[in-house]
Amino acid sequence: MNLHEYQGKELLAKFGVAIPLGIVASNLDEAVAAYEKVTAESGASAAIVKAQIHAGGRGKGGGVKFSKDLDALKENAGNILGMMLKTPQTPGGMEGAGKLVSKILIQEDAYRPTFESCKEYYVSILMDRERKQNVIIYSTQGGMDIEAVAEETPHLVHKEYIDPTLGLQSFQLRKVAFNLGLSGKAFKGMTKFISSLYKAFVQSDASLFEINPCLHTGEDDIYAVDCKVSLDENALFRHPDLAELRDTSEEDPTEVEAKSYGLNYVNLDGNVGCMVNGAGLAMATMDIIKLSGGEPANFLDVGGTADAERVEKAFRIILKDPKVKAILINIFGGIVRCDRVAQGVVDAYKNLGDVKVPIIVRLQGTNADIAKKIIDESGLEVKSAILLQEAADRVSEVLQA
Amino acid sequence: MSVLVNSKSNIIVQGFTGKEGTFHAGQMIEYGTNVVGGVTPGKGGQTHLDKPVFNSVKEAVDKVSADTSIIFVPPRFAADAIMEAAEAGIKVIICITEGIPVQDMVKVKAYIDQFDCRLVGPNCPGVMTPGEAKVGIMPGFIHNKGRIGIVSRSGTLTYEAVDQVTKAGMGQSTCIGIGGDPIVGTTTMDAVKLLMEDPETDGIVMIGEIGGSMEADAARWIKANGTKPVVGFIAGQTAPKGRTMGHAGAIIGGAEDTAEAKMKIMAECGIHVVSSPAQIGATMVKALA
Repeated sequence: MNLHEYQGKELLAKFGVAIPLGIVASNLDEAVAAYEKVTAESGASAAIVKAQIHAGGRGKGGGVKFSKDLDALKENAGNILGMMLKTPQTPGGMEGAGKLVSKILIQEDAYRPTFESCKEYYVSILMDRERKQNVIIYSTQGGMDIEAVAEETPHLVHKEYIDPTLGLQSFQLRKVAFNLGLSGKAFKGMTKFISSLYKAFVQSDASLFEINPCLHTGEDDIYAVDCKVSLDENALFRHPDLAELRDTSEEDPTEVEAKSYGLNYVNLDGNVGCMVNGAGLAMATMDIIKLSGGEPANFLDVGGTADAERVEKAFRIILKDPKVKAILINIFGGIVRCDRVAQGVVDAYKNLGDVKVPIIVRLQGTNADIAKKIIDESGLEVKSAILLQEAADRVSEVLQA
Repeated sequence: MSVLVNSKSNIIVQGFTGKEGTFHAGQMIEYGTNVVGGVTPGKGGQTHLDKPVFNSVKEAVDKVSADTSIIFVPPRFAADAIMEAAEAGIKVIICITEGIPVQDMVKVKAYIDQFDCRLVGPNCPGVMTPGEAKVGIMPGFIHNKGRIGIVSRSGTLTYEAVDQVTKAGMGQSTCIGIGGDPIVGTTTMDAVKLLMEDPETDGIVMIGEIGGSMEADAARWIKANGTKPVVGFIAGQTAPKGRTMGHAGAIIGGAEDTAEAKMKIMAECGIHVVSSPAQIGATMVKALA
């Protein structure tokens, strides 16, 4: 689960991570009030307006604006609030429709005393799958795409692995600060920054923290100027307060609806919908669709209990997509009996009434032959198959028809 | 022989008296698996499914010589259950539970490394040695005793492979569902090694999916040490970048995470890679010919 920048910063601040002064606003009046409060405290007249959407590269689409005074702030806030912000990471990229900006963050200009006197670093924390340990990745090359930095200047990207039983040690904090070339106040500030950041990561069950840039001011203060925070959904039971930060308006509405039914659904661009039990088989079914000449319109795992009610809900979800030209249902019945699933498909089909797209049902496992008979004798326009290859062939036939 | 579990394994069920534990333990016993008891803290001394219930794994080890455990404990208690099993001296710990927080598994992995035990899973269908022991949630009847070993990160896709192998006139030595989470106790390479060293296995089916480097690691090991034909499939050739596809571990981060990259490395390492999951059984027949 992703957090907005302002939510992520509130989380970091709770653990003592230094962040610039900032206040979130959802309309112009709030933005002006936020500006007045932020500038009164910072003592500077400039502030930054930052669009709050779940996508990186906001600056590229005009979603982050430096505002030198109140007039500039009003103009920028007015422009950004309500805009459809396109970034390389919003759906469709810079050519897509963009995402509606309904909240902005008014943040102090922390680049003190002058922009030129400041340095930008990169800091992230994540779990390294190969080492099965958390790792802090950091670099002096902040403010840019870290993958490009790793590609071009790999010696400038450092990694610090953390022992799962002992946790982050003091010598590791010193190593990070030394590798960033720090001394004196900034050295101390960075060790506290990293220590607090790691504590926040572990205690909030995060899956990713990315601080880019991590600011080292000319006054030797360290700040998280930007932050990307993702949380482990499986751990939200421990964090009811964080679970409430979910912003479903940032997610695909069909995916949100599917989730409310307990269906695991991912919307894709293709023309053949699919409904499968099990995530691995669902991915394999998408691959079969492609090999049969189609493109998968979705990933959909109906789970272990593929009864009539769930099948019907899954049907409704898939049929919301007007691009779908055929639906492949692929169920491997183990504990769940195929004849029950077949009856579920028939009942769901009848309840839906007028289904215009061809449906291919492949049921394999317990009572597969009885299931095929139920489908074949239902009088419905449904093609049946038992072997996976037969199902693939039926998909090809339907697409060529 | 076979690997990990057989007719002599003394198996206990953690989360024995819960809904999932009760149902699947019943299925395992019906299959003929040697279930010697179960653990539910606070219900020790009772009898469930005609087997003794213990308060702790240690008690089960002491009283009924348990050496294998299958875990059906809910996600928030599962990490604790795995560590309890390891500390009590269980040798093979099979965790079915899906949805364990990643940070819990980081700690579990470090903790159990100090014991002489093997964890399979979590978020897996379990381990099956046909005709001997069903230690998982897989349908028993699709399996047939034979000489093909199967390693997979998925549940139903494993059943698909098992079914194709059976229908192609072969059977399985042991099927190992290693699980779909980012951190699993037994990697693809670990499982392949076990089967490569098993004298009752002639060929190996290795099913992977997008995310992580487990299949590439296994492929490189096979190139250097393999003595038996391996048929490989990677699910998720059509999966988009950056989205989790059902399994918590099935997500494309970097270029090496894609199905395409993995299939290329596997083919270079001499694995019979199939692009269609419908061709797993037929390709194994050819590979063994």
